[in-house]
Amino acid sequence: MASGLRSAGVRLCSRVFFRHLTALVLMVALLAASIAEENQSESADNGVWISQSGLFKVGYESQQHPIAINRMHSWVLHVATADGQPVANADISLTGGMPAHDHGLPTSPRMTQYLGNGEYLIEGMRFHMNGSWEITITISTAGNRDTVVILLEL
Amino acid sequence: MTLAKGVNRGNRLARLIGLAAIAALVAWWFNRTVDPSPWTEIETEMLRSLWIGSLPPLAPDPSNAMADDPRAAKLGQQLFFDQRLSANGRIACATCHQPQRRFTDGRARGQAIGTSKRNTPSIVGTAHSPWLYWDGRKDSLWSQALSPLEDPNEHAGTRMQYVRLIATDSSYRAAYEALIGPLPDLSDRSRFPDAAAPVAEPQLHAAWQAMTTHDRELVNRIFVNIGKSIAAYERLLMPGPSRFDAYVQAVLDRDEAAQHATFSDDEIMGLRLFIGEANCTQCHNGPLFTNFEFHNTGVTTFPSEVPDKGRIVGVRSVKSDPFNCLGAYSDDPAKDCAELRFTRTGPELIGAMRTPSLRNLEGTGPYMHKGQMASLAAVLDHYNRAPLAMIGHNEAKPLKLNRRERMQLENFLKTLAAPLATPAEWLGAPADDDARLAVHAGSAP
Repeated sequence: MASGLRSAGVRLCSRVFFRHLTALVLMVALLAASIAEENQSESADNGVWISQSGLFKVGYESQQHPIAINRMHSWVLHVATADGQPVANADISLTGGMPAHDHGLPTSPRMTQYLGNGEYLIEGMRFHMNGSWEITITISTAGNRDTVVILLEL
Repeated sequence: MTLAKGVNRGNRLARLIGLAAIAALVAWWFNRTVDPSPWTEIETEMLRSLWIGSLPPLAPDPSNAMADDPRAAKLGQQLFFDQRLSANGRIACATCHQPQRRFTDGRARGQAIGTSKRNTPSIVGTAHSPWLYWDGRKDSLWSQALSPLEDPNEHAGTRMQYVRLIATDSSYRAAYEALIGPLPDLSDRSRFPDAAAPVAEPQLHAAWQAMTTHDRELVNRIFVNIGKSIAAYERLLMPGPSRFDAYVQAVLDRDEAAQHATFSDDEIMGLRLFIGEANCTQCHNGPLFTNFEFHNTGVTTFPSEVPDKGRIVGVRSVKSDPFNCLGAYSDDPAKDCAELRFTRTGPELIGAMRTPSLRNLEGTGPYMHKGQMASLAAVLDHYNRAPLAMIGHNEAKPLKLNRRERMQLENFLKTLAAPLATPAEWLGAPADDDARLAVHAGSAP
């Protein structure tokens, strides 16, 4: 009788232990994931993103701080060469989306004006979900063409 | 032998008790409804974003110069409830958009002169939406208001008929002229026939084509102003604070007693699912519980009908609409029209429909664009399974919630019901001032 109770008790304890173990494993995994995420965002040094072939340095400034979902707004892109010289009169095209949801932006933003000093006005930005977004910008100048992917978390 | 048997029996009993204890623990674990923890900072911010206190003041509509003129709203209210705005004199906007049903009609699809193609959506709060209709084929309330008036299944009349009503009804004429200016003389039937409109019906179309460009323009201007007055009225229809909003207020105030007095544990768990595992806030976000965008969520078509193409057609339609924000009838001199200028298209929009607000969800069924689902339970069951889309691609993934979780989610959704924020005098046909005066005069001793 007593040994039976003990064995039930042991079983109960081991279940509790396993649940805690699961929680511990989950916490370690979460911690690892958050460290990995921090590493990833560090690749954009002070909000400057390097294009894939290293031709351009790109930064952006949103008209909205912080960016709120469901609001139409503009961005100003700063485009510079690898050595920091402003890039004038480039062709800029832009797409974006949420890879996790397999859908694009709800709008089709465009570069509508070159503002001088390597700055470009992008109109028609709007995000309709919180989460991870990717904005892919293709920059073309005479003879040079490169793409930069900006990651942002809303 | 006897002893061994006794020990055996004791062992079995102990095992049974142990198993029962474990079973009870497991059952408790899966069925416990006590909210396990307070809201994290991120969750609290999510709750704040859904809270009605986060609803910004209604943005001006530069395409409608009288959008916020109370006189226009008054005229719009009269028009909204006037059955003379139809081919048979028996259909008003309020026939399908019934105030007592949160401006819906309780039917799968609108029933007016005929049966409309889709479910009647609510008007409450839609002034905040850049797009109107399930497929977003209109980009302003005023432009939207014009379409049903000439739709053969809805009001089935013509703009010529409506414009003449404004000119001949003394109350409308006075209100219109006070607001906009003198009406042109429409009495010459050879220039302004009884019925004419650029619609599919050949006779009405021919009558419209027979009019001069100048006269058609005169009629269009007045017709557009009918829409702009109705829009001014519709801009007043706003949702009021619900029990959910009181709960969020209590969370923001860190008032635990008020939180538990406002929401049951099941409702709290439902809210947790809503902003978490159930992925609802991917589309139903912001204080109106909609991102105003278009999504294909694999809602099956109405039996015997081809699947509805949704936004992919709507976007083409709005861009070529003469009554859109960039058109000649828009009052916006700057023609900013950012939403219209930066619309996108693409295969994602096939079968995509506008995300509806979830405020006042209860009692506004049947749900979905053709009223395919009679109850909230059916809607939740749909999202739980996330079936393949008939056309296009279903963005939603199966939720795999158990029955209890779906019930909690449904209980939470019901907490979004609330009376409108709009004063009662706007929620029905306007009281006829003259008639009331007459009654008072008659009853005076």
